[in-house]
Amino acid sequence: MLPGLVYFLIFKILPMWGVLMAFQNYQPSLGLWGSKWVGFKHFERLFQSPDFWMLFKNTFMLALYNLVIYFPITLILALILNEVRHEAYKRTVQTLVYIPHFLSWVVVAGITFLLLGSEGLFNKIGETFGQPRVDYLYSTDWFRPLIVMQIIWKDAGWGTIIFLAALAGVNVQLYEAAKIDGASRFRMMWHITLPAIRSVIVILLILRLGHFMDLGFEQIYLMLNSLNRGVGEVFDTYVFRVGIQQGQFSYSAAVGLFKSVIGLVLVWSANRIAKKFGEEGIY
Amino acid sequence: MTYDRTLTNRLIDMVIYGILGVISACALLPFLYVFINSFSATEEPFPSEWTLSAYRYIFSTDKFLRSLAVSVYITLLGTALSLTATAFMAYGLSARSVPGRKWVLLMVLFTILFSGGMIPTYFVVRAVGLIDTLWALMIPGLMSGFYLLVMKDFFQSVPDELKEAAQIDGCHEVGIFFRIIIPLSLPALAAFGLFYAVGLWNQYFSAILYINDSTKWPVQVLLQQVIMQASGIGDSTQMGENMSFYGQSVRMAVIIVTTVPILLVYPFLQKHFAKGVLLGSVKG
Repeated sequence: MLPGLVYFLIFKILPMWGVLMAFQNYQPSLGLWGSKWVGFKHFERLFQSPDFWMLFKNTFMLALYNLVIYFPITLILALILNEVRHEAYKRTVQTLVYIPHFLSWVVVAGITFLLLGSEGLFNKIGETFGQPRVDYLYSTDWFRPLIVMQIIWKDAGWGTIIFLAALAGVNVQLYEAAKIDGASRFRMMWHITLPAIRSVIVILLILRLGHFMDLGFEQIYLMLNSLNRGVGEVFDTYVFRVGIQQGQFSYSAAVGLFKSVIGLVLVWSANRIAKKFGEEGIY
Repeated sequence: MTYDRTLTNRLIDMVIYGILGVISACALLPFLYVFINSFSATEEPFPSEWTLSAYRYIFSTDKFLRSLAVSVYITLLGTALSLTATAFMAYGLSARSVPGRKWVLLMVLFTILFSGGMIPTYFVVRAVGLIDTLWALMIPGLMSGFYLLVMKDFFQSVPDELKEAAQIDGCHEVGIFFRIIIPLSLPALAAFGLFYAVGLWNQYFSAILYINDSTKWPVQVLLQQVIMQASGIGDSTQMGENMSFYGQSVRMAVIIVTTVPILLVYPFLQKHFAKGVLLGSVKG
C-alpha cells in the first residue's frame, strides 16, 4: 500500500499545491517559493479577455450537444438492443458497436481525415456526382457536428453497457402481467421498462452533468486547426497552447484552476441533486 | 421474454433487426474501408488492384518499428505496474483494520473530484526528472483513483468467512491475498487490466507533453504525424517518391497496425467482462 500512497501524494496531491502558481508570476528557475506573488492578476486578465467568452461558449456548446444528442442515443440504443431475443444476433451487434471504444482518438481523427478530408472518400464520391468539394475539417459550421458524430461513433455502443445491465434486472413477471392485461410492446416499454431503470438514467444523467466541462482533450486537440479555432478551442486546449507551448505558466495555471473549480462545483452539486432524488449518489 | 408471434410483433422485430444491422454497419464500415484500402495499389475510393507494399514500406522504416517497440514496452510494463499497484493498495484499503484508512480513502476521492491541472502536473513530472524518459508515459497515470475504489469494493465483497477460514488453516495476509482474493477477483483484474492496457497503448497526449525526444515516441504520436501532417515515416529522400505513390494506403496501413494489437486482446478478455465492465462503466 505504501507505493500507492507515495504515488498519490506525488502525482495527485503535489500538483494541487502547484495551483498556487496561478497566484504568482511563476518562474521555473525560482520555483514555487521564490516566485513573486501577484494575487488575482491572472484571473482578472482571464475574465477581461475576449478569449474567456469564446472558451466559455465553445465549452458550453460542445458539452450541451454532447448531453442532448449523445446521451439519449445510448439509452435508445440500449432499449432497442433489449428487444432483441435472438441471443447470437444481440451479442454480435453488441461486439460490433463496442469495438470503436478501444480505438485511440488519433485513430478516430485519422479515419475522419481519410473520410472527410479534401481528398477523402466523401469528397471523391461527391466529385463523381459533380458536387463541389466541402472542407469539413476546416469549416466552423462542421466542427461541432463532427465532434459529436465522433463521440457517437466511438462511445455510443459502450455507453449502453450500464443500461443493458439495468434492463436485464427488470422483473419479467411484470411483463407477463402486462401481457395478460393486453398491453402492447410500446406500452410495456413506457410503463414497465423505463420506470424500472429510472434510477440508472437519473444517476447517469447527473454524472454526466457533473463532468459537463470535461470534453475529451485529445479529441478536440486533434481536430483543431487555425480555421476552426474560433468555435473549437475549449479551456483544456487553451491551457495547453498558452501554457506549455507559449510558456505563460501562471496565466494558464489560473485558467486550469478556474476550470477545475467549476468542475468540482458541478460534480458536488450533481451529487447533491442525486441524493435529493433519493438516489445513492456517487460518494 | 417472448412475444406472441402476431403480425405486428413480427413486423416490429424486423424493423428492430434492420435498424441494428444498419447501426452495426455504421460502426464497422469506416474501419473496414480503411482496412481494405490499406491494401490498395491505387488512389481510387474503391480499389481494383491489391498490394502489400504499404505494409512492406512501413515495416521497413526504423522510425515505425522503434515507436511500435516503445508502445509494446510501455503497454506491457505499464499495465503490470498499474494493476499490481492498484490491487495492492485496494487490498490494503479493503481491510477495515488498517490505520488511517479513512483518510487515505478521502484523499483518493478528492483526487477524483479535483486535480491540480495540466500545468502544475507538468512541473511535478519535470521536477521528478521523468521528462524525456519512457517512465513519463507509465508513472504519472499509474493508478486511476476510480478503478482503485471500485476494486476496493470488489475485494470487500469477498466474504470475511473465507478469509477467516484461511487464517485458521494457517494462512498469512499475503497468502490470503494471493490464494483467495486474487483468484476470486480475476474478472475485475482482467477488465481493469484491459482498461489500463488500452489507455497506455492509446495514449497520445502525455507523449507530446512529456517526450521531446522523437526516438522515444509511442506509435500514436507517429500515427498522428503520418496522417495529419502528411509527413512520411522514412527519411526525407526516400519519402519524396514513395509518398506520392502510395500516400493514402500508407496512412491506412499505419492506422491498421496501430489498432489491431489492442483489438486482439479484447476477445481473450471478453468472457471476464460482464462483471468487470459493469463496475468500470459507471464512470461514464
